[in-house]
Amino acid sequence: MAVKEKEVKQPLPPIGAWAPALALSWLIPGGGHFLLKRTGRGIFLLAAITTMFVCGLMMRGAMFQPQSGDLLTTLINTGGFIGDLASGILYLMSVWLGYNQPDMAGAVHDYGTKFLVTAGLLNILAMVDAFEIAAGRKE
Amino acid sequence: MPKMNLSHFEAAFLFALFVSVVMGIVTKQTDRDRLHYGIYTFACFMVALFGLGWLMYLGHG
Repeated sequence: MAVKEKEVKQPLPPIGAWAPALALSWLIPGGGHFLLKRTGRGIFLLAAITTMFVCGLMMRGAMFQPQSGDLLTTLINTGGFIGDLASGILYLMSVWLGYNQPDMAGAVHDYGTKFLVTAGLLNILAMVDAFEIAAGRKE
Repeated sequence: MPKMNLSHFEAAFLFALFVSVVMGIVTKQTDRDRLHYGIYTFACFMVALFGLGWLMYLGHG
């Protein structure tokens, strides 16, 4: 008979302990790891996420804009926008510098769009990792 | 910015590479486990890529 072990909920550390790492991690991919002295991991995260985002730009991927309408349209466009925005400074810089690629038919453009969104989603994983390190839940 | 024209395989290969690096880093506790998991994830992507590629080729007739 399996005995269920109760997971002990760890209390959330004070916001000052993890918020700077989380914010920096969003702004600069791997930035939170640099702040927490995990330089090696930070370099890999910065390189992988930035290169993926730049590849997406070079493939002329489209950026999502939040749109309302039916459920699927709202979900895809709002979710895509959040994914793009999660890239932090990469997204902000590309928008500020005038990157405005319309959504076009074609495999390469489509891959580019997916690269841009995935770079942001990978940055969210990096943010969660930085949070766990800052909160003392992970080495 | 120069335009990049990649084949399906090249784009999927790069996608697998970047995702594997990040997945390896964020999921495991030690460097050894990170390396192993990164390689494992990349291998899974490659198996799926070639498997689905052949499946579509054979299914197309």
